[in-house]
Amino acid sequence: MPDTRPDPAELLARVKREEARAVGEASRRGKLKIFFGMSPGVGKTYAMLAAAQRLAAQGVDVVVGVVETHGRGETEQMTLGLDVLPRRSIVYRGADGTSTPVTLTEFDLDAAIKRKPDVLLVDELAHTNAQGSSNEKRWQDVQACLSAGINVYTTLNVQHLESLNDIVAQITGVTVRETIPDSVVEGADEIELVDLPPDALLERLRAGKVYVPDAAKQAIDSFFRAGNLTALRQLALRRTAEWVDQRMREYKDDHGIHTVWAATDRILVAVSPSPASPRLVRAAKRMAASLRAELIAVYVEGPDADRMPQADRDRVLQTLRLAESLGAETATITYGAGRASATGPRGAAAELVSFARSRNVTRIVIGKTQRARASEAIGMLLGRGSFSSDVIRASGEIEVVVLQGQENEDRRAPAQSPVDSAQSAGTMWTGDLMARLGASILLVTACTGLSSLVFRQVDLANIAMLYLAGVVVAAMWLGRAPAIVACVLGVAAFDFFFVPPHLTLAVSDIQYLITFAVMLAVGLLIAHLTARLKALAEAARDRERRTASLYAMARELAAAQSLADTATVAARHVASAFDADVVVAIASASAPEGVDILAWGGVSPDWLNAGGAAEIAAGVKGLEGTGGGGRNRSVARWVLDHGKPAGLGTSILAAAQGRFMPLSTTQGRVGVLGIRPTTPHAQSRLLSTDRLLLLDTFAAQVAAAIERVRLIESREAARVDAESERLRGALLSSVSHDLRTPLATIAGSASTLRESGDRLDSATRSELIDSIVTEAARLNDLIANLVFATRLESGAIDLQRDWSTVEEIVGSGLARHREALAHRPLRTIGLGSGLPMVKVDSAMLPMVVHNLVENAIRYTPQGTPISIAAWRSDNNVVIRVADEGPGLAEGETARVFQRFYRGRTARLAQTGQAGAAGGMGLGLTICEGIIKAHRGRIWAEPNTPHGVAFLFSLPLDEPQPVVAKDPEEVPA
Amino acid sequence: MNASPLEPTPPTPSGPGPLILIIEDEAPIRKFLRATLTAHGYRLVEAATARDGLVQAGMQPPDLIVLDLGLPDGDGLDVTRQLRTWTSVPIIVLSARGQESDKVAALDAGADDYLTKPFGVGELTARIRVALRHAARPGAPGTAGSSSVYETSADGRTIRVDLAARLVRVQDDASTVAPAELRLTPTEFKLLAFLIKHAGKVLTHQQILREVWGPTHQSDVQYLRVYAGQLRQKLERDAAQPRFLITEPGVGYRLIEESGRRGLNS
Repeated sequence: MPDTRPDPAELLARVKREEARAVGEASRRGKLKIFFGMSPGVGKTYAMLAAAQRLAAQGVDVVVGVVETHGRGETEQMTLGLDVLPRRSIVYRGADGTSTPVTLTEFDLDAAIKRKPDVLLVDELAHTNAQGSSNEKRWQDVQACLSAGINVYTTLNVQHLESLNDIVAQITGVTVRETIPDSVVEGADEIELVDLPPDALLERLRAGKVYVPDAAKQAIDSFFRAGNLTALRQLALRRTAEWVDQRMREYKDDHGIHTVWAATDRILVAVSPSPASPRLVRAAKRMAASLRAELIAVYVEGPDADRMPQADRDRVLQTLRLAESLGAETATITYGAGRASATGPRGAAAELVSFARSRNVTRIVIGKTQRARASEAIGMLLGRGSFSSDVIRASGEIEVVVLQGQENEDRRAPAQSPVDSAQSAGTMWTGDLMARLGASILLVTACTGLSSLVFRQVDLANIAMLYLAGVVVAAMWLGRAPAIVACVLGVAAFDFFFVPPHLTLAVSDIQYLITFAVMLAVGLLIAHLTARLKALAEAARDRERRTASLYAMARELAAAQSLADTATVAARHVASAFDADVVVAIASASAPEGVDILAWGGVSPDWLNAGGAAEIAAGVKGLEGTGGGGRNRSVARWVLDHGKPAGLGTSILAAAQGRFMPLSTTQGRVGVLGIRPTTPHAQSRLLSTDRLLLLDTFAAQVAAAIERVRLIESREAARVDAESERLRGALLSSVSHDLRTPLATIAGSASTLRESGDRLDSATRSELIDSIVTEAARLNDLIANLVFATRLESGAIDLQRDWSTVEEIVGSGLARHREALAHRPLRTIGLGSGLPMVKVDSAMLPMVVHNLVENAIRYTPQGTPISIAAWRSDNNVVIRVADEGPGLAEGETARVFQRFYRGRTARLAQTGQAGAAGGMGLGLTICEGIIKAHRGRIWAEPNTPHGVAFLFSLPLDEPQPVVAKDPEEVPA
Repeated sequence: MNASPLEPTPPTPSGPGPLILIIEDEAPIRKFLRATLTAHGYRLVEAATARDGLVQAGMQPPDLIVLDLGLPDGDGLDVTRQLRTWTSVPIIVLSARGQESDKVAALDAGADDYLTKPFGVGELTARIRVALRHAARPGAPGTAGSSSVYETSADGRTIRVDLAARLVRVQDDASTVAPAELRLTPTEFKLLAFLIKHAGKVLTHQQILREVWGPTHQSDVQYLRVYAGQLRQKLERDAAQPRFLITEPGVGYRLIEESGRRGLNS
């Protein structure tokens, strides 16, 4: 049989899609339909309105959120009869606040959500909202509407797609600034292509039927050219086709349609601080889209990333965010520090390729670097190739695509970036530069003083050595600039004080000039090398600190067993590593705004709910809580919904007090990590590239830990399921066998009586009738046990506890065994009035005695004695039912309480009359269930000299009740 | 199913026997009840629903009602309550095992006895007999006439209680010693007297407590347990295996019928 089972990963993806669909259904997330076109003027808005009119005619509640008719009559007519939401007015004062205020009207998101129509029309998805709107972009408004369960119709032109942005720019020469993430389009439920042949469009344009904003008038000629339009049309058609293709694949996956698909390609794109890097990422995205490949964007961080200019760091981060918005996975890897041989671009290339290997990347996309020829030559001389050539050399079987870059590679090679000495070496002495320069002057003075003491005794060359020693000290402790100062001053002082003629800078012997030159050169070299070494050591130490804090968290996370533990550990570590208030939350339908807070960390943990006033009261400066109140919570909600970072330092909901990171794993979003710096200093530090990258790493760790805990939980649930499944199976087979046996007797006897009753003698007939009655009673017992055991198991039993005596419990338990007990001695010991009363369910407890005695009767030969004893032991009453039969086998004492377990003796020697022995192995399970429900204990032990004893204890957890005695015993 | 050779007699009241109304929705159960009870000389009326049962009971007042607690169109408990608003006809309820609280509720609502399904026919006829006998002496105080003496034997022991003379004697068959007179405390005697008055019938804890200790003690089951235990110590051979004062687990107590009338499960 061919193996047609679906691949687990695919199955998982399908389950997730179905779940997402189910969740969508549950929360009634709206559906998004995009009318997609190649350029303005193809009639998207018209098509959208026409569709809306059709819906309205069917009685659907359609509302126009915002539609730009641009005064065109035929379009305007299409809005007739539709409910139109009034727009929100915003007074815009211009960037500098001085120009004449302009009143802008914008789509009113709040009104739309309040109105909650079935279908909302929102034109121009890529529109950027006026400042002061709650969302920066209209597509964010649309997402909000969808989340609120409103179906949205919208329009979009191909040039606004993020991944196509620069292609469009190349084609048309017009750069479009309003872009939307591809994921928005990919998440659309329906895309309708509104197509018009370029000639027809140009015709419309000439007829004045296409609205062109005044500002774009000059671009019109370059934009609307037949060639451009054809290219744009091709782009739009291709994008739509891709979307349809993707839908079809999802459909196939969902419906178990299997054809052979090539193994998924993975494309890795190397990100650099270069301004060309975003272009590279977009190109890689297009490549990935056409190959249906996964995209990974990687930034390789050098050993001295700390010294990278802030602008570069920001660019790297932005490029990584861009990659994320294009649906790529992002990663940051570091190299260098520990291994001297691996520093420089070669180390970076090696790290990149080894990362690519570890992720099964099939293609690496890098930018082509154009170094100055001289620099290239020096690179060759020093045995260094360019980054791209290093990657190509190291790549092996991985395909490398080198795309045109525009920047000098030097930006990428951090070792050659300008070094701020004060910053790099200043960790030992964090005093400011002037103080350190002063210190270096003092150092030179000290060297001079020391030299003057020994001046008469030693050679001048040794004096020079003393000064060089001073330079080393300065380089070590004070940093690069003070070391250089010390070097220059040292040479000057050496000349001034010690080289004849003394106390003048003049030199008598020309050979001293060589000494000075060498001394200066050696000093500067020492200063440079020492400072560099120190910078490397610092970087290594810093990385070590980060690694240590990550490791500390990882270790604790590994030990965490529950979701709450994991979140608590994460919140504490992130709070201490970032000097911030932290919250870890997961999505939950029952919590406010659907955000269920798992754990807090930091000093003022309640900030997620904190209002703006509280913020001001707390005196936190520089953190304006514009929204206050639930604002932070809504941001957390947004992040949970969209899986992208938001809040502080992002373009989305930037007014929030904190930054919210999605906790995502390969399995999807598991939660959100919110972080709010407690001081302005911490805030500026948090927003630096390396800290943000570190935060990403922390978030990834936490996400993995949460996922692990969840997997453990679901695995446990699965295990329990499997166990109960197994028991159900055992139950079925047991039921079918055990219930059929008496039924067969009954049916057989009854049919015998019916068919040939008159031919049987009366003794045989009464025998048959007796067995019908006996077997029916047995069947009844089996069913009752089964039902009772099931109820007990499912917790559907209410105990009706009242006071009872042991004697009466035992008596009731024995009642139905009266006939069987007539044939064997039964001893009862200590059941009388000496025992305390027990508060039990007086209907259930006798069943325990009944079942235990039944076992004793069933599994021991007739005539074997049975004894029942009871006594008080501490705060318990213990009841013991013992037989003198063959007893239990070793190791059976625990197993006998398992469901459907039948003792060895039960299988070997079934004593007593035929048919009496077949139980279902439920008796002891029921006993255990009843006793446990009474918070007692039941166990088995060997009886002496032989046989088995079952004991159960009942706790005396309530004071004995009062029973008024009769005043006296009177003769009756 | 093939046509049964035991085609039932039509359920028309005929003959002199007491009239029994069976309210039970299961046709096979009605069928064997009909077979048994007509064989025992009872006349039968049958109803398959609570509604029909109430109508039948009103149209032709029966001497006894056998009522299933689980009826398709209503709770047997409600039927009991409704019947009790206008008639004191003995009611025997049928219920499934494990529904002790239902039984207690039915008994407290005025039912006279109960049977747990499945039951033997012998058990049923015994209960019917007891119920009819108790109904035959309406409101009889234990002291009235011949019924003031209770005598019964089981397990080789005979108990004789003369309620009027307040005498309790216990005699073992094997023993040649003259029966000694038992000394009972006033409460023990009161309890025994109440049980004798309803001998053969089940009594709920509440019914006994209310009668013997008064309404303020009606949930103090411990009183009943202690005194039932004391009675057993005095009456029974082995208090742990009672033959006279039977515990109905989760429901109450039953003192066995007077001699020769005790019905046993087949």
